[in-house]
Amino acid sequence: MNDAALENRRPQGESTGRRQIHAGMSVASWTRLKKTVAVGIKSIYSHGLRSLLTVLGIVIGVAAVIAMLAVSEGASFEAQEQFRALGSNNIIVKSVKPPEAEASASGGFRQPAVVYGLTYQDIETIRLTIPGVTNVIPSRIIKKTVRHLGNTVNTDVVGTTVDYPISRNYNLRQGRFFTEEEVTDQTNVVVLSDEVANALFPVTDPVGDSIRIDGNYYNIIGIMESEAYSNLGQNQAGSSNAAPSRIFIPLSAARHRFGETIMRQTSGGMESETVELHEAIIQTQDQESVEDIGRIIEQILQRRHAKIDYAIDVPMALIRQAEESALRDQIVAGAIAGISLLVGGIGIMNIMLASVTERTREIGIRRALGAKKKDIVMQFLIEAVILSGVGGLIGVVLGVTIPVIISIFWDMTTIVTFGAPLLAFSISALIGVAFGIYPSMRASDMDPVEALRHE
Amino acid sequence: MSGPLAGTAGNTSHMSGALTGTLRPTAPLNREVVARVQDIRKTYQMGALSVQVLHGISIDFFRGDYISIMGPSGCGKSTFMNILGCLDQPTSGKYFLGDEDTSKMADNELSIIRGARLGFIFQSYNLIQQLTVVENIELPLFYQGVPEEESRRIAIDLAMRVGLDTRLDHKPYELSGGQQQRVAIARALSNDPLIILADEPTGNLDSKSGAEILNLFDELHQQGKTLIMVTHSDELAERSERSIRLRDGLVESDERRRT
Repeated sequence: MNDAALENRRPQGESTGRRQIHAGMSVASWTRLKKTVAVGIKSIYSHGLRSLLTVLGIVIGVAAVIAMLAVSEGASFEAQEQFRALGSNNIIVKSVKPPEAEASASGGFRQPAVVYGLTYQDIETIRLTIPGVTNVIPSRIIKKTVRHLGNTVNTDVVGTTVDYPISRNYNLRQGRFFTEEEVTDQTNVVVLSDEVANALFPVTDPVGDSIRIDGNYYNIIGIMESEAYSNLGQNQAGSSNAAPSRIFIPLSAARHRFGETIMRQTSGGMESETVELHEAIIQTQDQESVEDIGRIIEQILQRRHAKIDYAIDVPMALIRQAEESALRDQIVAGAIAGISLLVGGIGIMNIMLASVTERTREIGIRRALGAKKKDIVMQFLIEAVILSGVGGLIGVVLGVTIPVIISIFWDMTTIVTFGAPLLAFSISALIGVAFGIYPSMRASDMDPVEALRHE
Repeated sequence: MSGPLAGTAGNTSHMSGALTGTLRPTAPLNREVVARVQDIRKTYQMGALSVQVLHGISIDFFRGDYISIMGPSGCGKSTFMNILGCLDQPTSGKYFLGDEDTSKMADNELSIIRGARLGFIFQSYNLIQQLTVVENIELPLFYQGVPEEESRRIAIDLAMRVGLDTRLDHKPYELSGGQQQRVAIARALSNDPLIILADEPTGNLDSKSGAEILNLFDELHQQGKTLIMVTHSDELAERSERSIRLRDGLVESDERRRT
């Protein structure tokens, strides 16, 4: 053995004994933390499979929260977009065939005519008596067969007024919408939807040409944008089947040409329906008053109608409902996450307890060599946090990937907000602390003598 | 070193009482007392039964002492060593380590004392398996917050002293028993302790490795280190300078061999 080296140690040794005692109290804590973390990683790494299985609960929990929130966020976004397209300032009132009329009609009783729905009087009352209503756009919607040369299309013919496109954020692709004069004059002009235009005029330009409905010709003056672009996803007609497309003619023309009574062939024979207006869009001055005005409209209609033969949609209320249902989704996601994180946390506690028992001897050695209780607590706590943190990290990666896969394969909108992964990861780290405390305390409370004797 | 061990005014009467112990060998000239136990008693409570293991032990340990502690099993050797190692507290009596009375210390202070003032060598080496040779040697310094460069330097220096210069980055399980015990010795030296406590240091080793370890002890003794070794073997005790025998929780004999 090297005597020179032994000699070299001596002089320095004299003083270090005292110095180190004080050094022990004021710690170079950063270096220590770094080393403790390194030791923690080593110890976790040395039990690779066990550690992986342990954190699985956390991984699933974190991934589930992020993915569920992304899906719910996406669905809520889609719904809100749809309702927003209806106009957040708008109230939509529709005529609905009252259930008793429906029942009697299908029950075989000959009811010569069913009269129901919104009337011009209703609309006038709403327009004139409710402050805050800026405009009312009434429409009649009738199913008709539309022809041009050899092509025919079954579509909804919407008789309406000039403000219809503006109220719906529904824009023209080509040409123009009809004017006030054309409405007053009951002119035979028509605006086609993109879909109808494509069906009837596969090759030629429809604007300037004409179409035929029930023997009358209508001049085509404009074409609307494709509905996909305008976000007008829903069929607004009162009819039960969603019409993929529609055409627009002046309300006055519709009333004049088609009348208010529609004859229909049913299994029981002929039946007639008389409806003045199928739908009215009521525009209000601001979003704040829209729901109140909706309630006032309901009161007015209740007073004027014996039966509930109308339905009132307030898109703003629907947006709010969508938000509420998103919140409900989030609570459900939170609960599921909470449960799986709890299970994950218990898993971590379990494995940490096993680790403490396995490493009793090591704890004894460390205590003998100067580790304080606090040092032992830190060592095991850091290990637990690393475990759960790694689980959280894997969970975040999975949770961000899953919505992308869902979007690709199921064509759903998913939105991963910045907060969700952050929150999920923080919670997972917190779980490490919460469930690491007990095993760490147990480790630190061991009697050093007993721990050293442990085999 | 000053304080109670040098006999300040406040402690004089106390000290003189302790120093009149009949079995105490005279202190070698110019040797200071590094540790002193005074009337140490230890009682274990086992349910309703209380078992007294140590019945009042008083010993002075001088700087540079090479002491073997012997005695039949059940004589209280282990308990006594645990108290010397500040791993356990006496039921009554005082234990001065350097200038500090450890018998009233809280757990935290005891940890600090162990880390700064004591070196441990165990029969079963007690190295941490995940750590390398150097990291094991550094461990006491780590808990004292010694900067990494310094502790690394000290550890490598010590590893070379005990002849492990080629094994610095090996793990304990890659080493022979003798080599592991040498790592443990280096570890015990890393904090430059007042006392090195060795519990059957050659108990798990073959005779050749054991002899190497004992040579290393001799060397440390020559360097002036204070060594306290528990052993069953008379042969080992022969090599020490001072031999203390315990029996039934009391000091039976305390002899100095080579002065």
